Amino acid sequence: MEVTAVEIWTWVLVILSFSGYLYIGYSARVRDTKGFYVAGQGVPPMANGAATAADWMSAASFISMSGLISSMGFDGAIYLLGWTGGYVLLALLLAPYLRKFGKYTVPDFVGDRYYSSTARVVAAVSAVFISMTYVAGQMRGVGVVFSRFLGLDVAWGVVVGMVIVSFFAVLGGMKGITWTQVAQYGVLIIAFLIPAIAISLQLTGNPIPQLGLIFSDIVPRLNAIQVDLGFKEYTEPFRTRSMIDVIFITLALMCGTAGLPHVIVRFYTVPNVRGARYSAGWALLFISFLYLTAPAVAVFARYNLIDSLHGKSLEEVRQINWVSSWEATGLLKFDDKDGDGIIELKPVAAESEIVIDNDIIVLATPEVANLPAFVIGLVAAGGLAAALSTASGLLLVVSSSVAHDIYFRLINPQADEQRQLLVGRGVIFLAVLAAGYFGINPPGFVAEIVAFAFGLAAAIFFPIILLGIFDKRTNSQGAIAGMLTGLIFTASMIIMMRSVPLLGTETAIISDVFGISAQGIGVVGMILNFAVTFVVSHLTPPPPAHIQELVENVRNPLGAGAAGGH
Amino acid sequence: MSKDPKWKSSGGKMSDEQAAAYWKGNVTIIGSLLAVWFVVSFVTSYLLAGPFNNIPLGNVPLSFWMAQQGGIFVYVILIFTYAKLMDNLDKKFDVHE
Repeated sequence: MEVTAVEIWTWVLVILSFSGYLYIGYSARVRDTKGFYVAGQGVPPMANGAATAADWMSAASFISMSGLISSMGFDGAIYLLGWTGGYVLLALLLAPYLRKFGKYTVPDFVGDRYYSSTARVVAAVSAVFISMTYVAGQMRGVGVVFSRFLGLDVAWGVVVGMVIVSFFAVLGGMKGITWTQVAQYGVLIIAFLIPAIAISLQLTGNPIPQLGLIFSDIVPRLNAIQVDLGFKEYTEPFRTRSMIDVIFITLALMCGTAGLPHVIVRFYTVPNVRGARYSAGWALLFISFLYLTAPAVAVFARYNLIDSLHGKSLEEVRQINWVSSWEATGLLKFDDKDGDGIIELKPVAAESEIVIDNDIIVLATPEVANLPAFVIGLVAAGGLAAALSTASGLLLVVSSSVAHDIYFRLINPQADEQRQLLVGRGVIFLAVLAAGYFGINPPGFVAEIVAFAFGLAAAIFFPIILLGIFDKRTNSQGAIAGMLTGLIFTASMIIMMRSVPLLGTETAIISDVFGISAQGIGVVGMILNFAVTFVVSHLTPPPPAHIQELVENVRNPLGAGAAGGH
Repeated sequence: MSKDPKWKSSGGKMSDEQAAAYWKGNVTIIGSLLAVWFVVSFVTSYLLAGPFNNIPLGNVPLSFWMAQQGGIFVYVILIFTYAKLMDNLDKKFDVHE
């Protein structure tokens, strides 16, 4: 077997970065539950920002998002605004108060604020469900990167990922995860920016992609090419979906982001309320380095691909090195349907003679831009960092929901530190095994469910956490009724709207609601949750005095350091 | 468990009136920043996307730039602005750390 320079560099960079993560995980190992669940609440705000950014940016953000935007044009804004605007909601409405509350998990807040084991269980089960569906996709991402870059079987790739994640997560808990995430942020952002800068320099003459995008003539040129080929202009708004659908999907992604347990829990790890406020700013700043670059990469890559492939003869394009190597992976397909010897990109998928998988946009950029083998290896290491950092954050939520919220708070409140820690570690280990299993044998609808984790987070968590802080009158009856309404409405609507892949029906049972598609339906569930919680709370007795006092307490930023200590 | 005495022992020493005034100040700040968030997220990027499509910013339409770049810049600024304004409010009510 011939080993290429790319494979050597990929192995070197992957082994180097993995050893780094293992070393950090080992140095940050913990002995108590506070260290295990919230990193001892001693993480500096800026470091927590970097960790949050890595926690948040998954394999999908790193590998697939630019490609999605590239094919959607203007409408790609749903991901760009949706996945960043949620941080404003998180920073202003949730993070500072949850940090002041200071306990270990989101279900902890829900259970205490609504003085109810039922609310705690609903929250814990929802957190586990959301996180497990999401983590399976990450393990799959690890396997896919290994197989594409190193020719390793996907299953073995997943197994390697499982070993690495379980090592630093089981040993180091939140503390180990936090510091490896900081390192993973460094790897993934460098891996994303280097190819982006190189391709920007090539196409626009400007090393800063954001400036090259505005000040060069690349966008007018792409628009003109699109029109020539029969597409609408790249920058034309609402060409893939209606304005109302775009608005609802954006809002669903925003509120979902703010309600995702693995993101919220990162804000429990900073020393005080002020730290939580600034930390959210750092997180979004670090995230924006990737999110502001992705739309530029999307434009450059689309221009480049059309320019190098469209209207050429098959023999001609196959002589380009990267074309033949990506054609071999099946991500790039040619089919000269009209037999004229020339391959053409066409707006109607059935007629198009070129099929470009979204993932190729980021993965192939270094080759398209003729960058050295070492950069290609770096992109592989970056994709792995993105997938592993997100997976570890999610696994910790699964562990804390089961071991802390259900086992310790409900089943065995007498458990000592040692026993709680043992259960926490055991659950993470089991969750890694389950995630690995689903990564190797993905149910056909994983992609469907991951996209809707946001809808569920928006419909279940966002309203009751928000009302729990901002409305003292909201009581246990209201919150439980609201959560169940959001959960049942959103889950059943998604199942009916996506019944083709989920239930195997021939057509969707419901196609849309007033033009809102399945991705945006979580917002309707969220509005129903707000309404039901509010009405039921006001028809039933107010919460007891000590709960109103708890609300007063989370509104006052002082004394957060002490509040977390058990 | 919720009757844990730490809810009484921790926290600042604001009187009820002060606490209400502090909270009102906070809610006002949140309200004005979220108004900007709303305009940037939905008005300039989507509702005005039609008219803004004909206004150029450099070589790209303003609507495209707002939806794919400008909005994100504003979000980052909003969060740091909130943190700074709350620093001032915390100092005014002597609940800063």
